Amino acid sequence: MPLNYFYPDYEIDRNFMRCINCRACERQCANEVHSYSEEKRLMDCDSSKCVNCQRCVSLCPTRALRIVKTVNTFKQNYSWTQDKIGDIYRQADAGGVLLSSMGNPQQYPVYWDKILINASQVTNPSIDPLREPMETTVFLGKKPKQIERDENGKLKNNLPVHLALKLPIMFSAMSYGSISYNAHESLARAAEAMGTYYNTGEGGLHEDFYKYQNSTIVQVASGRFGVYKKYLEAGAAIEIKMGQGAKPGIGGHLPGMKIIGDISRTRMIPEGTDAISPAPHHDIYSIEDLRQLVYSLKEVTEFKKPVIVKVAAVHNIAAIASGVARSGADIIAIDGFRGGTGAAPSAIRDNVGIPIELALAGVDARLREEGIRDEVSLVIGGSVRSSADIVKAIALGADAVYIATSALIALGCHLCRSCHAGRCNWGIAAQREDLVRRLNPDIGYKRLCNLLNAWNHEIKEMMGGMGINSIEALKGNRLMLRGIGLTDAELKVLGIQHAGE
Amino acid sequence: MLKEGQIRIPSGCAISGVFNRDGKRVNGSDIITSISVMHDRSNGLGGGFAGYGIYPEYKDFFAFHVFFDSKESRAECEKYLDGRFDVYEKGEIPTRKHKNISGAPGIWRYFIKPRAGILDAAMLDEREFVARTVFFMNTEIKGAYVFSSGKNMGIFKAVGYPEDVGEYYRLEDYRGYSWTAHGRYPTNTPGWWGGAHPFGLLDLSVVHNGEISSYDANRRHMEMFGYKCTLLTDTEVITYILDYLVRKRGLTLTEASNVIAAPFWGTIEKMDAERKGYYSYLRQAFPEMLITGPFSILAGFEGGMLALNDRLKLRSMVTAEKDKTTYFASEECAIRIISPEIDSIRAPKGGEPVIVTLENGADNPQ
Repeated sequence: MPLNYFYPDYEIDRNFMRCINCRACERQCANEVHSYSEEKRLMDCDSSKCVNCQRCVSLCPTRALRIVKTVNTFKQNYSWTQDKIGDIYRQADAGGVLLSSMGNPQQYPVYWDKILINASQVTNPSIDPLREPMETTVFLGKKPKQIERDENGKLKNNLPVHLALKLPIMFSAMSYGSISYNAHESLARAAEAMGTYYNTGEGGLHEDFYKYQNSTIVQVASGRFGVYKKYLEAGAAIEIKMGQGAKPGIGGHLPGMKIIGDISRTRMIPEGTDAISPAPHHDIYSIEDLRQLVYSLKEVTEFKKPVIVKVAAVHNIAAIASGVARSGADIIAIDGFRGGTGAAPSAIRDNVGIPIELALAGVDARLREEGIRDEVSLVIGGSVRSSADIVKAIALGADAVYIATSALIALGCHLCRSCHAGRCNWGIAAQREDLVRRLNPDIGYKRLCNLLNAWNHEIKEMMGGMGINSIEALKGNRLMLRGIGLTDAELKVLGIQHAGE
Repeated sequence: MLKEGQIRIPSGCAISGVFNRDGKRVNGSDIITSISVMHDRSNGLGGGFAGYGIYPEYKDFFAFHVFFDSKESRAECEKYLDGRFDVYEKGEIPTRKHKNISGAPGIWRYFIKPRAGILDAAMLDEREFVARTVFFMNTEIKGAYVFSSGKNMGIFKAVGYPEDVGEYYRLEDYRGYSWTAHGRYPTNTPGWWGGAHPFGLLDLSVVHNGEISSYDANRRHMEMFGYKCTLLTDTEVITYILDYLVRKRGLTLTEASNVIAAPFWGTIEKMDAERKGYYSYLRQAFPEMLITGPFSILAGFEGGMLALNDRLKLRSMVTAEKDKTTYFASEECAIRIISPEIDSIRAPKGGEPVIVTLENGADNPQ
């Protein structure tokens, strides 16, 4: 039926004057876009298979390729956009749920880009991080409720269990299965080298990676894949995943075809079975149940590990966070609606949840109003794209941030948003051996370290500019922020003044 | 123009302090002379003093010094106090006409004590009850502002140069064993008397020179514990942090100072195990009360005085000794002018608390 044909969104534009028919593009493309035509003695292509991952462009030795957005279009319509019409054709044809990957790409406001950072002038000095100490060490966890002294009157160390980060950035949860072995190895080694943590996601912990356990956060999600005592004890902290920003309210599904070999063993399920994470935890139907799971996990690890509860940013996130803070959790992680995913129904990803900036501001304010901000640390994620985003997040009230998409980009991801297809040409969201090999963890971990080092330098420069030489003095320091082009309602939620005020 | 408290006003300043460790009480003339030589560090938009041991005959009573905008606000305030306190004595604080001081509000003083029975009913100790009274009056009673609330001590402040403020309040008529002074250089001000310094809560009074960069992190944290930052000034939040750490959490002043101006992690790493444990604990337990950016503060309390600089020493402050007297000032000249033959003088290091107490006194004001 002609309705099944969609003119490709992106077209291969090959400069035949430059092309030397080396066929590198053909070998690199797992989507089989490129081919060699013996008849024409030229490279041919099927643009309809192209996901615009830029792999062929990057590896073309003669710079003969570029991918361009097509000018072919349906009749322009502000309401009935090409995407909307195309989705209806697809669903009318197949009757299925549309899937997509990575974060919400729709045109919602990006509040990070509407917030500006302060700097010192005259009345107090800026501090030069090249000449003076500039501290970015962060501790995550509860604070002691009261001080205690020994018989000599000396302070007793009654600090609750906590995580110590050399910089306020951790790698967010991505399961082994959704990303490759080499991607996991890169994250684990980078976390260890940088004095921070990476997160196993819900796919269990590969036996090779137990050696990075001091830099590992192990996740317990609704599917409980790969969860057993040794796994819980392996992590520096345990994260209960209640929700994910890209798909609040729904579970996950790793198809059986990906449950092979190591992945099957790590997840502790038979090869070829679908790994389905239910939408809710079936032992948590309310907040009091969450408290029981928090304490079960604490009991089993002898109260030696902080417990993180990760929730998606939804409308009543402030009340939810307040409940979580009282559940015994040591850290709350909030994931905004632009957070990434390996696969999510497009309708959910593009329409459910709220921006992390607003969720963070609301939660921080609410926990303070209730006097329980000290009970819990706040980690946020879901499209933290730069060091400036991190400075803004901390000034709004976060203790630290989780990054995942940024980390994958550092490893080569070009955000083609096709992870769910399993043909990642960059070896990140792939399990095919030949594709996974393309990501060299020796190089990958160094690139991640470089990114974190670069961001940490920039964070220090911005802090120094504000005259702040320790990150705790930036936390919740909203006077250092101003909004630009925001409404009164937005400013009120963010708890900041407008630029010029 | 927005009033102080509706907008945050950064300011530079001069501070000075004199403490007689033997408890000898001296009148306020010397402290006025001392702060006057640092005239150029102020700009005439705020000056003030705190004296300790000045009300020995009323030492069991809380001395409330209150600014009133109108008779109505005073009436409302007195009605409120009458219901909760025994008012032993009240009256206007004596002042003299001064050519450089104008626009004075009503300035009244009350010697009061919480009524028997009221404390039991409120289930609060006396100091907490009084602190809450101060917060209530300053936020809920329009046109009233309690600017001094300790026992046997008093704060005197106004819009003007500090030496003029001292003369205006007739400080030569008060005798105290401890004095602090402040000259203010705000970058803009509506000229409100309440915005001048020292800032006080109970017997704790703070004068501060600097502009802290951690302000809003500190403020939002302290508001979680019921402190209401009505002035949006550094001095106010520093006072609350000290009050909270010492009075409510039970830290010593030295420990509190090590929270406020904590050593860098790089320094802590090099310490022996015991000191490392001590400093790490304080930093981890109270990270939100770390103060960054330039400050030098003098905190007066019953029986003692604390001097503290930010950990990078971004503001000048020296301390000197002469016999049984300890001096502190932003500049050495402010000490030499009243005590030319001092025994010793030094500049305390950044983050190093210098605490002096009456010779039979203790570290903790409680």
